[in-house]
Amino acid sequence: MARISVQQADFNVGAEFAALTAGRTDIGGIGCFVGTVRSNPGERVAAMTLEHYPAMTERAIARIVEEAERRWSLLGCTVIHRIGRLTAGENIVLVLAASSHRQAALDATAFLIDWLKTKAPFWKREELADGATTWVEAHEADDAAAARW
Amino acid sequence: MADVEAPLTILYFAWLRERVGASEEQLPMPTGIATVADLIAWLTERGPGYASAFANRRTVRCAVNQEFADPATRIGPGDEVAFFPPVTGG
Repeated sequence: MARISVQQADFNVGAEFAALTAGRTDIGGIGCFVGTVRSNPGERVAAMTLEHYPAMTERAIARIVEEAERRWSLLGCTVIHRIGRLTAGENIVLVLAASSHRQAALDATAFLIDWLKTKAPFWKREELADGATTWVEAHEADDAAAARW
Repeated sequence: MADVEAPLTILYFAWLRERVGASEEQLPMPTGIATVADLIAWLTERGPGYASAFANRRTVRCAVNQEFADPATRIGPGDEVAFFPPVTGG
């Protein structure tokens, strides 16, 4: 049973890890990905605002998780995606995938974040230090990353 | 049987919302509209904001009733159609 949350509040990676593994002795490995707000050198991104499609977002994430569960033997999974205004360095997204063996855990984690980037209805608007804002454009590299699975 | 009187709900996200100037609107189902592509063509005639939002169709994605869809997807009264740029989450 996956834990999926779309929330403004930050997440605690340690607490999510503990919740995923509590009382379990069958898990052999857990993949973990944390995405954070990045400011590229020279761009001076001060913050970004994440907009989403509330009626659709959790369902879209659930579909992605179901696909991961079809492809790998997962013993647990957590996907938390933040929304609203986040400043540089803050957490955006957490993916945890637990399995008996490392390869499934690592591959499922990479798959989940690749598909989240291209198949879940979120949009980022960057805010530069001078106050200018710009919508982040989708990258072909992200499509390619999603298509490799 | 769908209620033929039910309105069409249209949602706009990110820069499409900004260009259209609204995040949501409800309309009586326009006559002669059978697909998402028909709706886009009809919307672009509604004003410069719409024309600007849909000027480059390659950068517009859509969902019908909260499922990703494409221009050929059929729509009818009571449906919720959302327009947005390619997603950039994660």
